[in-house]
Amino acid sequence: MSELTIKSTGQMISTETIDGDIATLNLGPTHPATHGIFQNILKVDGERILSAEPTIGYIHRAFEKLAERRPYNQITPITDRLNYCSSPINNIGWHMTVEKLAGIEVPKRVDYMRVIVMELARIADHLVCNSVIGVDTGALTGFTYMFQEREKIYELYEEICGARLTTNVGRIGGFERDFSPTFHAKLEKFLAEFPDNFEEFDRLLTRNRIFMDRVIGAGPITAKRALEYSFSGPNLRAAGVDYDVRVMNPYASYQDFDFDIPVGKDGDTYDRFVVRQEEIRQSVRIIRQALEKMPKGDFHANVPEFYLPPKEEVYRSMESLIYHFKIVMGETAIPAGEVYHAVEGGNGELGYYLVSDGGRTPYRLHFRRPCFIYYQAYPEMIVDSVLSDAILTMSSMNVIAGELDA
Amino acid sequence: MDNQQVLAHIASLLGTEPNATVDKYGMLNVQLDATTLISVVEGLKNEHQFIYLTDICAAHYPDRVGSEYEVIYHLHNLVANQRVRLKVALPETQISLPTLTGLYAGANWMERETFDFYGVNFEGHPDLRRILNMDDMDYHPLRKQYGLEDETRTDKNDTFFGR
Repeated sequence: MSELTIKSTGQMISTETIDGDIATLNLGPTHPATHGIFQNILKVDGERILSAEPTIGYIHRAFEKLAERRPYNQITPITDRLNYCSSPINNIGWHMTVEKLAGIEVPKRVDYMRVIVMELARIADHLVCNSVIGVDTGALTGFTYMFQEREKIYELYEEICGARLTTNVGRIGGFERDFSPTFHAKLEKFLAEFPDNFEEFDRLLTRNRIFMDRVIGAGPITAKRALEYSFSGPNLRAAGVDYDVRVMNPYASYQDFDFDIPVGKDGDTYDRFVVRQEEIRQSVRIIRQALEKMPKGDFHANVPEFYLPPKEEVYRSMESLIYHFKIVMGETAIPAGEVYHAVEGGNGELGYYLVSDGGRTPYRLHFRRPCFIYYQAYPEMIVDSVLSDAILTMSSMNVIAGELDA
Repeated sequence: MDNQQVLAHIASLLGTEPNATVDKYGMLNVQLDATTLISVVEGLKNEHQFIYLTDICAAHYPDRVGSEYEVIYHLHNLVANQRVRLKVALPETQISLPTLTGLYAGANWMERETFDFYGVNFEGHPDLRRILNMDDMDYHPLRKQYGLEDETRTDKNDTFFGR
């Protein structure tokens, strides 16, 4: 290994050169292999990367500023657009944050329904990431098969909320409607068929000699560095740290389910791939348990101040009309206070720091976006490797532009 | 480890009893100032296993005269699963406090983001530039004096609803 030095700007640079003929290469902002809009200015000597300087913010939409003008229920569609590969987790995380602030207790059934939706979202998120790692190594086949499976998950979302990508699923207090019989039928079919199709994909790549040679050792990070960089989610677990918000600070009754947290060893592209593969299997396990143990009860909490009444009630009863009007106009009273609530998003600890002064909108809302925090380690992970490994490292870190730039 | 023990650790690091509250959601909030921040965070990290920096952000309270800005740190002890929230209040005249990049590598971009949106100066930061907004922007947009909408617009006037 050559020596790495740290420049005054904190940037890592490699001192080893091949022939001293250094070129500057713009990787992005609109390079197809970056799967999103971000730029990296690379200094390369042949294929070897000497330094990298990421520029982000190309799709910054000022969500934190927007949230300061919107009533609480109108912020859910903003959260859709963070990590848009697993929007339901963002939506439900936000609902739970507001419920925590307002002291709303939801029925157990809502928790189990949420777990099912969030684990479906996790499967969809990891499928995209892992199949794209395949694409970036030149194996397109698995991608086409796994996107069919993702399509089935999107059809399940459609059954729940009518939307597919930006789901805006659920409400503060629960869900807008109960799971329909069609949803249950489709979910049963999915659970019956998906594991076999998924294992077929797994057989295409996980023990494939060509794939393993390609990804083992690409873009590694040690557990110590990953913790110093505040990594979370599959990327941290691939480095060998078993931190998962679902286990550490259970929310939505995750403590009721029996599942394993896979960890890796080297924190390289292969470990990140394998950890995500195993998490998909565990998610299927959680969904099965949730379906089996689904308690009877209501699909929303009894909180008329936050939860829209049925439309026919609005025409008939005065209270419903008043609540409907107040919710739609964003006039619901909410206690002052500040909360931090975290959920395990597709990429790691997705946190909401919410300060309320009792007004109709948040006084301050900060999203702790896992992508934003771990992407800063990217230069360190690719310096001294080759350009093709840099592409793989980026796709295996699952950097989602929407979450990165908020 | 519970909130009381963390508070005792912080008090021994400071030498005095800090201004702290446990909010109704169970999180310990500790008020620090810019001069004591580094020693407390260093002690929490090196002696009490708060090895994980969850988040850094700021908030702007124009009504609090003399402490208009607040920088908020969330630390997490992954061994004992204990979180703590540290707050540093800063006056408008000197929105400046030392950087945590020497303790946590991940603080780098979090502080750049805070600088970008609130103009908080992190002394000793290796590369304090804007990160999400464009480089030639000449204000810090999350400060409360900058409205979300164009101030001259009248079509979004909400006065009929008492606001």
